[in-house]
Amino acid sequence: MAKIVEGLLYSESHEWVRVDGGYACIGITDYAQQALGAISYVEMPDEGEEFARGEEFGAVESVKAASNLYCPVSGVVSQINEELVDAPELLNQDAFANWIIKVELDASSHVDELMDAAAYVEMCSKL
Amino acid sequence: MKYYDKLIFELSKEGRKGYSLPRNTWGRSLEELPQGLRRSSGPCLPQVSEPDVVRHYTNLSQMNFGVDSGFYPLGSCTMKYNPKINEEIASMQEFSGLHPLQPASSVQGALMLYRDLARALSEITGMAGFTLAPFAGAHGELTGLMIIRSYHNSRGDFRRTRIIVPDSAHGTNPASAAVCGLEVVQVKSNSAGLVDVADLKPLLDDTVAGIMMTNPNTLGLFEKDIKEIASLVHECGGLLYYDGANMNPLLGTVRPGDMGFDVMHLNLHKTFSTPHGGGGPGAGPVGVAAHLVPHLPVPRVCEGEDGAFHVDYGQCAGDTSCGRVSGFMGNFGVLLRAYSYVLALGKQNIKMAGPLAVLGANYIKESLKDCFRLPVEGVCKHEFVFDGLADQSSGVTTLDIAKRLLDYGYHAPTIYFPLLFHQSIMIEPTETESKETLDGFIEVMRRIAGEAVADPQILKSAPHGTPVRRLDEVTAARRPVLTYRALADAGLAAGR
Repeated sequence: MAKIVEGLLYSESHEWVRVDGGYACIGITDYAQQALGAISYVEMPDEGEEFARGEEFGAVESVKAASNLYCPVSGVVSQINEELVDAPELLNQDAFANWIIKVELDASSHVDELMDAAAYVEMCSKL
Repeated sequence: MKYYDKLIFELSKEGRKGYSLPRNTWGRSLEELPQGLRRSSGPCLPQVSEPDVVRHYTNLSQMNFGVDSGFYPLGSCTMKYNPKINEEIASMQEFSGLHPLQPASSVQGALMLYRDLARALSEITGMAGFTLAPFAGAHGELTGLMIIRSYHNSRGDFRRTRIIVPDSAHGTNPASAAVCGLEVVQVKSNSAGLVDVADLKPLLDDTVAGIMMTNPNTLGLFEKDIKEIASLVHECGGLLYYDGANMNPLLGTVRPGDMGFDVMHLNLHKTFSTPHGGGGPGAGPVGVAAHLVPHLPVPRVCEGEDGAFHVDYGQCAGDTSCGRVSGFMGNFGVLLRAYSYVLALGKQNIKMAGPLAVLGANYIKESLKDCFRLPVEGVCKHEFVFDGLADQSSGVTTLDIAKRLLDYGYHAPTIYFPLLFHQSIMIEPTETESKETLDGFIEVMRRIAGEAVADPQILKSAPHGTPVRRLDEVTAARRPVLTYRALADAGLAAGR
């Protein structure tokens, strides 16, 4: 069973969001890392790049497949997780402890459109 | 299978050689060459005897697995047998000795063959015209999309920059579309595994260049709503592209042109029995409906009023070709093999290929569906997808099953594609396999399902009998060792 963390927000494309003031950390869920299998590469954007909600901001490659990452909120990338460049396997070890990008939220960030943990669990149970 | 991993340079011994060059009777010596053009040291070549060379390459070749060595049920790849008559025709000196820059008057036979193959493919697919220039399936897709763009642009319709691709599509579809500068829009599959017409409708407007579909789709299911999809897409002004990767079950029975497709490619290396994979180059001819013929790429082969063939490079004013997609006329050797296949089978027999491919796939599916999870019930076409074992409590994955098949002497099926399921195993037997071969495969698959219960460890550590055991794909991807020298530096070269 995939792990879920209470208190985070979730997108339909299996990203999690932790909002902290005007910023948000974004990663992939445990369900996503399990489905992908051993992750071999994480493609990340440059700092300063701007993404609207739903836009592709990177990709995660595993030995099984490559999957796009979709930005669950609108904002500007303020930081990327450099650790993932050399150690993409961190996402397999603990998907929730390793964020991929940090964004500075736009005024209309669409954070309120994300799911809470219960709603995400329900969505996964139908997959 | 014997393990052999030597490089020919490792066999090299100073001064050993297996050739003897004829004496220089040219009457000139090396010293006559200007100093700047002479090598200062000899070439770095292995110094080996003739038996060394023969054994080296024979040993290497025996570590290969091909359709000539065993059953190869690789889904979506149509690994049918490649008849040897094809090779005989293609190696005829009358063809192999031609040069692409020869004047048309000296290659009339080759040009006629080009025209005749294009006609045969048009007849088989229900298209009005074909270019044989593209080198492979994805190249065909790009060519087809260039034709679509050329068509819209020629009508001053510049807004059509979006292309619809189903979520079950081959990965090349969105890739080709992106290379062609189109924006990819995904349409979902419904619970029956088919394109969801309700999901498609809201996507259709005057910015849609077209839709790319393969029919049957990658689940091996016939898109039965194709006529409705065709009229919906045409109504909004878009065109329909047919990805011919899955043409095999329809061969001689159903024609994409009759389904409403405007543009399509064929994979001659799949459907028309020319070698592929590691075995040879491909060819991805593109066929179009009548209104798109003027947009086909150049060069084109044309027949003059006098019956002579000539090559049209599209240099006349007002030519609406989408341009050039290859230097010359495509992979002519592959075209020859496909033409040989079409003529060897003939109109009646070619109709048997599709039904036999469908029969074989359904026979395997029905024989195994109690042991493996079948996500979509019903009659499939040439291939089908299992979603792993029926009982997955042992933790045995699709990868384990695929690796174990190698121990039993089979090439593994396509795995983890399509992405609609987590444990996809995609099996395509093709029409060239006998019932005995299919029965042998079914028996082994059942045995593997039994092993998953009785001794899952044997699957998780498979393969056991191959030259190399299970490869560490993750480390290979994360920390690739790309050269022989890097291998030696890393101290990984065994026993050296």
